[in-house]
Amino acid sequence: MKKQHILIVKSVIWLLALMPLARLVWLGYNDDLTANPVEFVERSTGTWTLVILLTTLAMTPIRLITGIVWQIQLRRLLGLFMFFYACLHITTYLWLDYSFLWADIAKDIIKHPYVIVGFLAFVLTIPLALTSNNSAMRRLKSSWKKLHQLVYVIAILGVLHFWWLVKKDVTEPFYYALVLAFLLGARLYYKRSTKLSATGSAQVQAN
Amino acid sequence: MIISTKSRQNPADIQPSEISPREVFENRRTFIKAAGTGLIASALSMKVKAAQIVGGETKGAGVLIGRANAPAPLEKKVVNYNPRQKINGYTKTTYGADEKLTSYENVTTYNNYYEFGTGKGDPAIEAVLFKPRPWTVSIEGEVKKAKTINIEELMKLAPLEERIYRMRCVEGWSMVIPWVGLPLASLIKWAEPTGNAKYIEFISANDPSTMPGVRSPVLDWPYIEGLRMDEALNPLTLLAVGIYGELLPNQNGAPVRLVTPWKYGFKGAKAIVKIRFVEKMPLTSWMKAGPSEYGFFANVNPEVDHPRWTQSSEKRIGNGLFGGRIKTKMFNGYSEQVGQMYAGLDLKKYF
Repeated sequence: MKKQHILIVKSVIWLLALMPLARLVWLGYNDDLTANPVEFVERSTGTWTLVILLTTLAMTPIRLITGIVWQIQLRRLLGLFMFFYACLHITTYLWLDYSFLWADIAKDIIKHPYVIVGFLAFVLTIPLALTSNNSAMRRLKSSWKKLHQLVYVIAILGVLHFWWLVKKDVTEPFYYALVLAFLLGARLYYKRSTKLSATGSAQVQAN
Repeated sequence: MIISTKSRQNPADIQPSEISPREVFENRRTFIKAAGTGLIASALSMKVKAAQIVGGETKGAGVLIGRANAPAPLEKKVVNYNPRQKINGYTKTTYGADEKLTSYENVTTYNNYYEFGTGKGDPAIEAVLFKPRPWTVSIEGEVKKAKTINIEELMKLAPLEERIYRMRCVEGWSMVIPWVGLPLASLIKWAEPTGNAKYIEFISANDPSTMPGVRSPVLDWPYIEGLRMDEALNPLTLLAVGIYGELLPNQNGAPVRLVTPWKYGFKGAKAIVKIRFVEKMPLTSWMKAGPSEYGFFANVNPEVDHPRWTQSSEKRIGNGLFGGRIKTKMFNGYSEQVGQMYAGLDLKKYF
């Protein structure tokens, strides 16, 4: 794929990724954020954080399954949009939900498992966002890749956060868990099969 | 059977009782398809409209019954399948006279009523086909008058009164609702419980044909709630039949529901079909679903936290995006009326 095509795809991603925010602004402007607007904004920003995170995690399995590689270049942009929505999500929580009452917030985080895992997931995204630029990549060398493998932990915590927050009907978080399991499973499967074929070819060589 | 056709442009004259249940509707759909007429589009659009109108400003047409899979023409015409009906002859009381009411719109579109779906906006949309009349309530168990009475008789057991109560949901939000109803105590006195009646069990309707939520096993249906006899006899405990001076909308628990304002909202059993006087503490639906999260008493208590939600503060519905939180009060602010019933009880243990 040509560089200019990638640029077009990236512009489309910008447009699509800003739509959930535009929708919230539009609904807010029209006083149409349901009876519980804070919960609605929390849910919406949380949902989009997860969706974009899973989209980011889908780039590698696409390469593994189809052999197409150009979409790998979209990971950074998608990852940063995930971080953007995660920031909106936590800002909604700290500001609109808890009015920056730090004592109450600390209590809420410590006492409730779903808040702990969600908060932890957010904290872990910060170093990834900070080291997403080229110079950090160069400076960190091989440890950059290791650091960015944190995204798997973040994704698992994120889905868990959703699962534990639901009162009874876990249908929706179940779908997210299913997609995540597939995306991580695909990686494991291909890693194993390449290892197997590597040892296989090594044996052939020895013979 | 009502079939929307082109000649019937104004469906305002359709009575709620005339709307065909889902099964009939789907059979009809097959029939129409087979007949190869162009009626299917209009039949579907009628469904969509029903879902839309009842949903009001809420987003998303009915997922469970209003299957909007056809590009239906969406006219903005108000078709009221469940007309609002004023209640005549109830008296105002001083309960909650100084409270700012939650809007009718919010009270009727933000509901936890899993029989009609687990989303807050679901009940307003999915409850369109539910029929709250004719209705009977069966009085059972340890009573002298174990018999079935209809809703009209029930509403005459005592003079109806309006009471403005705060309602605190276990999820950390609250409303102020002007209920119309009668004290549960009046029904209890009428039923003449025996000495063995220590608790009352409330059993809600469980009709898969009009309550799409009960088709999935989210909870162990029917919905069951319960009160200890002294709680049931407390003057605050209300059998509500209306809100805002009108008969209860379906999504709020029509035709009759329980209201216990010092307890979390889920104690308020809706669409009650059986009131059973029993000796042993009933096992309620939420106790079965999560014994570590939901207790029998479920009294509002800012000091006992729920594993998921902070209980020390709450969001008041209607206060908007920047409304902040308000402190939750012990027994939801009704300590004076109910506190003595729990004197000496370890509320951390009996939550």
